[in-house]
Amino acid sequence: MNPALRRGIGLAALASTAATVWLGLWVTPPSVQQGNLVRLVYLHPAIAWDALYVAFGLSAVCSLLYLWRRTRSLFWDRLAAASVEVGVVFNALTLVTGSIWGRPTWGVWWTWDARLTSTALLLVLFLGYLALRRVPAEPEVRARRCAVAALVAFVDVPIVHFSVNWWQTLHQNATVLNADLSPTIHGSMAWTLLLSFVALTLAFVWMVTVRYDIEVMRDQVGEEELEVSLAERWAEAQAAEPVMAGAGLPEGSAPPSPPTSGPAPLDPVLRPGEPAGSGR
Amino acid sequence: MWRDAVLVAGKDLRIEARSRVALWQVLPFAMLALVLFAFALGPGPDALRRAAPGLFWLAVLFSTVLATQRSYAVESGEGTRDGLRLSGLDPAGIFLGKAAAVFVQLALLEVVLWVGVTLLFGVRVHTTWLAVVACLLATVGLASAGVVYGALSAGLRVRETLLPLLVLPVVAPVLLAGSRAWSAAMSGAVASGVGWLRILAPFAVVYLAVGVALYGPLQEAA
Amino acid sequence: MAPAVHLRTAVALAGRFPALSGVDLSADPGEVVAVLGPNGAGKTSLLRTCAGLLAVTSGEAVVLGHDLRADRSEVRRHVGLLGHAAPLYDELTAAENVRFAVRAAGLPVARAEPALERLGLVGRLRRTTVGRLSAGQRRRVALAALVARGPALWLLDEPHAGLDAGARRLLAELVTEAAAGGATVLLSSHEPAVVTPLADQVVTMAGGRMAERAAGGRRALRAVGGGEEGGGGEEGGGGEEEVGGVTDVA
Repeated sequence: MNPALRRGIGLAALASTAATVWLGLWVTPPSVQQGNLVRLVYLHPAIAWDALYVAFGLSAVCSLLYLWRRTRSLFWDRLAAASVEVGVVFNALTLVTGSIWGRPTWGVWWTWDARLTSTALLLVLFLGYLALRRVPAEPEVRARRCAVAALVAFVDVPIVHFSVNWWQTLHQNATVLNADLSPTIHGSMAWTLLLSFVALTLAFVWMVTVRYDIEVMRDQVGEEELEVSLAERWAEAQAAEPVMAGAGLPEGSAPPSPPTSGPAPLDPVLRPGEPAGSGR
Repeated sequence: MWRDAVLVAGKDLRIEARSRVALWQVLPFAMLALVLFAFALGPGPDALRRAAPGLFWLAVLFSTVLATQRSYAVESGEGTRDGLRLSGLDPAGIFLGKAAAVFVQLALLEVVLWVGVTLLFGVRVHTTWLAVVACLLATVGLASAGVVYGALSAGLRVRETLLPLLVLPVVAPVLLAGSRAWSAAMSGAVASGVGWLRILAPFAVVYLAVGVALYGPLQEAA
Repeated sequence: MAPAVHLRTAVALAGRFPALSGVDLSADPGEVVAVLGPNGAGKTSLLRTCAGLLAVTSGEAVVLGHDLRADRSEVRRHVGLLGHAAPLYDELTAAENVRFAVRAAGLPVARAEPALERLGLVGRLRRTTVGRLSAGQRRRVALAALVARGPALWLLDEPHAGLDAGARRLLAELVTEAAAGGATVLLSSHEPAVVTPLADQVVTMAGGRMAERAAGGRRALRAVGGGEEGGGGEEGGGGEEEVGGVTDVA
């Protein structure tokens, strides 16, 4: 990624986040039900959206593009990995901010409401992807393996959402808890909310590009190590040659090597079906 | 593809019949799990009966991990893994065959577990067909997802620790839906039970499709 | 005739390690190539690469008309690889293993019988589960599977190791029959004396590439016999006399 472009995105992210903080903490009014606590709405939903839809969705798309022969390129694999890693961080932040929001609102640090539960499950799901990625392997093998893992995990996401939502609707008390996390938004709050989405998405993009570059650099180090290994291997070949030349056969149409003592000469009149070996 | 699947399933099941690992290790493990659950929850019959659907499915989930591990352990010798790739078998067929073999083993396991929870936890299933269908659908999904992840981690030395971490989150919805379906079957609430089947069925179909589509590339990555 | 195996400056990676660091090899159908070299030279990697198991990252690699750099899975059904570890299921019997291999390749199961007999796997031997057999017997079962499948390219990794004299004779027969039938055979070994007489071409590897190349004993034998393919050359044992002084082709 063009460094100037990346710096530009980074600055834009920084600026918009600063603006969001300023607007969120000072300019916008506190809500009627939640007081100042509502200011978390400028953080939590944006982070959640980035993690779940942008990050994991992007990783699924990249994985597909990697697996499809026509667009196969390590670029997609590295982008997917960067996306998942940043996505996992955002996912964890979603849970943390959700928990912080929930504690004063519900009185507990955690509850099994539908969204928290599915978010937690997704976190573990994609942690599995990261664990798989750490297993040492050649880039193409690892890329293929992780691409499949990302797709298989992503396919589970809607199923998780549906089942957990359903699960929760059976428990009446959950709906009361749910309501409080979605305050009514209007006026300056709406604009700030929109800005927060933009800001955090820019931050997400910036982090992904940084992570992607790290991945590229890591692979380059790997390439250089390979060059070194190749050179060493050739040196091994050079060292072995003098030994071979002495005992070995000259090039070209020379007669075959003189027979040495040892196993009995090949008997050309061996009959097929002769019992092979004394067996046991 | 189907012919290859039958061939591979037959091979896996024949190996199982000879070695009896599922019979002597996975099954006792599942029964042990039930007993441990009872220790954890206390002897009071009410607590156990209410928790029974969840516990049944938890036991099935853990057994799935073991059964999948075993399915790949069959090909763990150096020679056999190469052998399968070189055999000329259609990868999708290999997937279906392995999943079918795991399905059969899990299905038999569930029958025994069903008897187990009936005896140990005092469970009475009201609407039997609901429970049976739930079991069938869930098991297809479990076998498929398990075999896919088994292939993902097949060649790796860290396979034993990685496989549970990979598989269990993915099949969590099966645990959820299966338990709810069973508890509906126990209480006779057919309508809600059928609703849960509508989660189990797509899961099974999706993971079967994923396995068939992606097993080829997966084998390359082993 | 297009070569069965064509490699030029092929580099193949196993993980991060360059198993093959630039291999040149050409083998025609019906040719037997012996691959010699010390441990770690890359003999096994060469065979595995030809089987389509290792990825070729640079150079040219065309086996049986399939470009290994484009897609190495297609070539696999046409090759037979016999590695150090035999591709056998311990819990199945010898007969069951061979039948599985045959059916997996899409061939009629009737081909398993003659192969089992040829390798002397009869009676009690074929009914024992492979896990209980000795290493040499396992090798024979794996060979039976190979013979039954009859692939166009045979890749044998140190097949002579651990075999007694009789089994070695049988192996030599099988190799010559396969080559006579048009298959290409690559076999690796530590013992030049054993494989050179069987081979048309003898190559020696070191450090992942070819260090030496020479003609093998079989080429001289066949030149005398007068034909490229066909059984005539092999049976004419007496013809050796006419080749410049080299009579005892051991």
